[in-house]
This record gives sequence, C-alpha cells and structure tokens, in this order.
Amino acid sequence: MRLPLLLGLALSLAALLAAVVSLVWTPYDITAMAIAERLQPPSPAHWLGTDHFGRDIGAMLMAGAQTSIAVALVAVGIGMGAGVPLGLIAAANRGSLIDEAVMRLNDLVFAFPSLVIAILITAVFGPSALNAILAIGIFNVPVFARVTRGAALSLWTLDFIRAAEVAGKGPARISVEHILPNLANLLIVQGTIQFSLGILAEAGLSYVGLGAQPPTASWGRMLAEAQTMVTLAPHVAIFPGLAIVLTVLGLNLLGDGLRDHLDPRLRRIR
Amino acid sequence: MLRYLLGRLISLGLSLLVASLVIFTVIEVVPGDPAAYMLGLNASEDTVAALRERLGLNAAPPIRYLGWITGMARGDFGLSYTYKVPVADLVAQRLAVSLPLAAYALALATLIAFPAGLLAAARRGRAADAAVMGATQIGIALPNFWFAMLLVLVFALHWQIFPAGGFPGWQSVGAGLRALTLPAIALALPQAAILARVLRSALIETLDQDYIRTARAKGLTRGQTILHHALRNAMIPVLTILGMQFSFLIAGAIIIENVFYLPGLGRLIFQAITQRDLIVVESVVMILVFAVILVTFLVDLAYAAIDPRLRKRA
Repeated sequence: MRLPLLLGLALSLAALLAAVVSLVWTPYDITAMAIAERLQPPSPAHWLGTDHFGRDIGAMLMAGAQTSIAVALVAVGIGMGAGVPLGLIAAANRGSLIDEAVMRLNDLVFAFPSLVIAILITAVFGPSALNAILAIGIFNVPVFARVTRGAALSLWTLDFIRAAEVAGKGPARISVEHILPNLANLLIVQGTIQFSLGILAEAGLSYVGLGAQPPTASWGRMLAEAQTMVTLAPHVAIFPGLAIVLTVLGLNLLGDGLRDHLDPRLRRIR
Repeated sequence: MLRYLLGRLISLGLSLLVASLVIFTVIEVVPGDPAAYMLGLNASEDTVAALRERLGLNAAPPIRYLGWITGMARGDFGLSYTYKVPVADLVAQRLAVSLPLAAYALALATLIAFPAGLLAAARRGRAADAAVMGATQIGIALPNFWFAMLLVLVFALHWQIFPAGGFPGWQSVGAGLRALTLPAIALALPQAAILARVLRSALIETLDQDYIRTARAKGLTRGQTILHHALRNAMIPVLTILGMQFSFLIAGAIIIENVFYLPGLGRLIFQAITQRDLIVVESVVMILVFAVILVTFLVDLAYAAIDPRLRKRA
C-alpha cells in the first residue's frame, strides 16, 4: 500500500471512530451549557477549547462527525440504490427509448444542484437533517446512473457477455450476474468520492441552516455559530473547519488510493 | 452544423419545460394551499382567501402553470408577497451582485488552474507536479465558506486590506470589485483545484498520442507542442468539467453571499424561505436552474466549435 492510501485510510477511520465512540461516550455532555466557561481557548481540560455556551468543542466535533457521516452515507445509499439499477437498465437497453429516457432524466436532475434541491424541499417542508439527506441523495442518483451506464456499456461488448447471451440468459439476469459484479470496484471508488462530496455538501447545507437543526451537533452549524465570534475566539471557527478538511481529504485520498489499488486500468479515468 | 444546433435547441427547450413543471409542482401543488402556507397558522380565513385571490391561486393548477411560464417568458415573474414589488425587479437588483461574483470567481479559477495544470502536466512525475497535485488535494477538500471565514480573519480583520462583508454598490467600480474580491477567491480556489487536476490528466492523456511525437519530431519544443497541439485536444474534458462546475459555482455563490452579507440572489432566496415568500423562491429557483441548463447548452455548442467531428453526430 502506498502512503497516500494509508493516510487516507487513517484519516477516514479516525472520523468514523470519533462518530462511533460519540454514540456511547463524549468527553463532555454536548447539551449541557456552562456559561462561565464560554469561549475558553484550548487547555488541558478542554483540548480544543469551548464554544459560546461553554460546550466542549472536541465533544461537539465527535457528535458532529456522527451527523456528517450518517447524512453522507445514507445519501450515497440513495444514489446507489436508484442510480445503479437505472444505469444497468439503460445499458441493457442501449440505444432504445428506455436508454434515452433514463439519460434525459439524468440530465434533468443534474440541472438541480443539491443546494437548490434542498432549498426547494426546505421552502415547502422546513429544514431538517432528513432534507439534507434527500437533497444530497437525489443529486447522487444521476452520478451513479451515469458511471454505471458508461462502464456497463463497455462490458456489454465483451466476449464473456456474448457467451452468457448464447447460453440463453436474458438481459436482466446478465446485468445482475455478470455486469454488476464487474462494476463493484468502480462503484466502491465512486461511492467514496460521493461520500466525501456528501460531507462537504452537508456542512454547506447546515451552515446556511438547511440541514440538521439544534440540538443535533453538526460541523456546518458550528461554523455558522462561530462566524460572529471569529475575532474573539478564532479556535471556535478553526477546529470544525479542520475536521471537515481532514475528513474530506482522507476520503479523497482513500478513493484515489483504492482506485489505483483495486484496478490499475482505472487510473486513466482521472 | 444546423442539425446539431437544432437538436441541442430542442433539448434545451424540453429541459426547461420539464424543470419548470417540477418546480411548479413542488412549490404550488405539494403544499396544498400555498396562500395558507405563506401566511402561517394564525392567519384568518378571510386573509388567506384574499391572498389566494390576489395571487390568482383559485385557478386550476394547469392554468396557473401556463400563466407562470408565459409571464416569465415576457419577463413578468409575479409580485413578491413580502416586498410588494415585482420579483423581476428584485432579481435584476440581486443579479447585479451575483453575476459579477460568479464571473469574477470563474475568471480567477481559470487563471489559477490553467498555469497550474499546464505546469503539472509538463513536469509530470517531478517535484512541481507533486506540489501542484498536493495543493489541489487540499483545495478540493476545502469547504468554501470556511475558507471564506479564514480569508476574512486574515485579510479583512487582521490586515484590513479588503472589507469583511457588505456591498457598496457599483457607483464606484473599484469599491464594488474590492468587496467581491475575498468572496471570489473563496469560491475560485476549490474550483481551480478540480479544474487543474482535470486539465493535467487530459493533457497527459493527449501527450501520449502519436501526433504529439510527430510534432516533437518535426522540431517543435515541448512548450510549443503542449500549447499548439495538446491543449486544444485536452479542452473537451476541461469544458465538460467547467460546465458541470457551473452548478457548483451557483450553489457556492449562494452560500458565500451569506458569509459576506452580499445582497445577491443567494441572500434573496434565504430571506424568501424564512419569510415563506413562495413566489420569490419559485422564480429564483427557476432562474438558477435555467442558468445551469443554459450553460450545459453553451458547453455543447463549444464542443462542436472545438471538435468538428461532434457536429456530425447527434
């Protein structure tokens, strides 16, 4: 394994570990306020300092990791769950009206940036973490559909697929039994990329108030709250941002590293 | 060429039609009674009925939809419920901030990305390449609104070179540009990182082609080959990404405007959401989506201009 892959794996696992541990333990209670201890700089008691309510920033970051990872993960699940079947169907019916319809549908969803989807949903249903998941998830669908269709199309021209056709298997069965397993690596890599984009998008949505609502901890909202205090206590703005950068960087390095590791031929795509 | 253009135009029209149908359905049909939603729970029956009458909500949805899109085609976006002014006027005011911001950011991103991408591709595998690639990894991971806060901390509060927020208007172009500089940098850097990576890999791909070896063999220098032969052929993937990035740029601008308190479309849409001014939300979202679809269309045309082979297809 090469160094960037190792670094990516370490950073991603650290974020995941913080999220999992925060389910059962955080160094301080993130819902308890201690106004006397507000805006403390980093110290032995509070390694990353405290925020304007005296809450421990380290503990908030751990709980925030939970929100970020949960939102991004479910959004990738939505994207894959809908996008991969659509891509497989389009590729199996390549050149037909179904293929054309799937591709046009993709283009349409692509015209709605996830923030715009979130704005639409929020305008009608109000803000929530669920809206963020839906908005990012919907945005992921055409991404996975496109990647799946593209890779499946080239697989359909290969001899072993011909052989399966001659053996009497139908397009649906071939898609599931032969095409899909050969896409696994590609989907893992794309999934990692969309996962990291999802974390960035979640941070952006909760920063502008369209994502998780209080008291759920979220990195984006921590930054929104820090904005007015940035001169008084820069650490409240710096640590949540660092958490986002390191997690996203880790996932990107992991994605790139996995691509090279799993399939050297894919290296040419980027 | 004419057939290609016609095909693209038809697909542009269809996309706009379907997108507008989706937006109309979400905003005006899903909430049930938009008038009641806009006024909140405490509104009396009469007020709701009056607003419904004023907004023309008593008509059947298909009629309202037709009225909405034909109005927009004429430049009539309806009346803002909270501001009591035509939405078209509001949007025009806000676009005077948002459009220059997007253009400024796009220009900066291109100015940073092209030299960086060219350098990395020309020095592939060496220290300069590694430095550019490392920098782009961090650039991609950077949330633009956080980067914006850091820029404010350093260049507005510590050194006071640029304003920390707000917009003085275009009476003085210099002051206007100064107010947009930090927001534009915050938007541009993450975009530039992606663009530089795509440009590098596209260039490296073309540099492996036989005709590049021929160009070198006939005595062109490395730099000449890259600029005259490889760059043009690497432009297709770069354009695709530039087009796709436009939608990220729009989303980014909406968020960045909130960091710097800029009176652009992004601020307008968030004010409209909190005030439940669905008419404004509907029209501004349509304008944003229209912009994305239009850019996709322009990118398609640019493909044809760059690569004559594409004109015959589609």
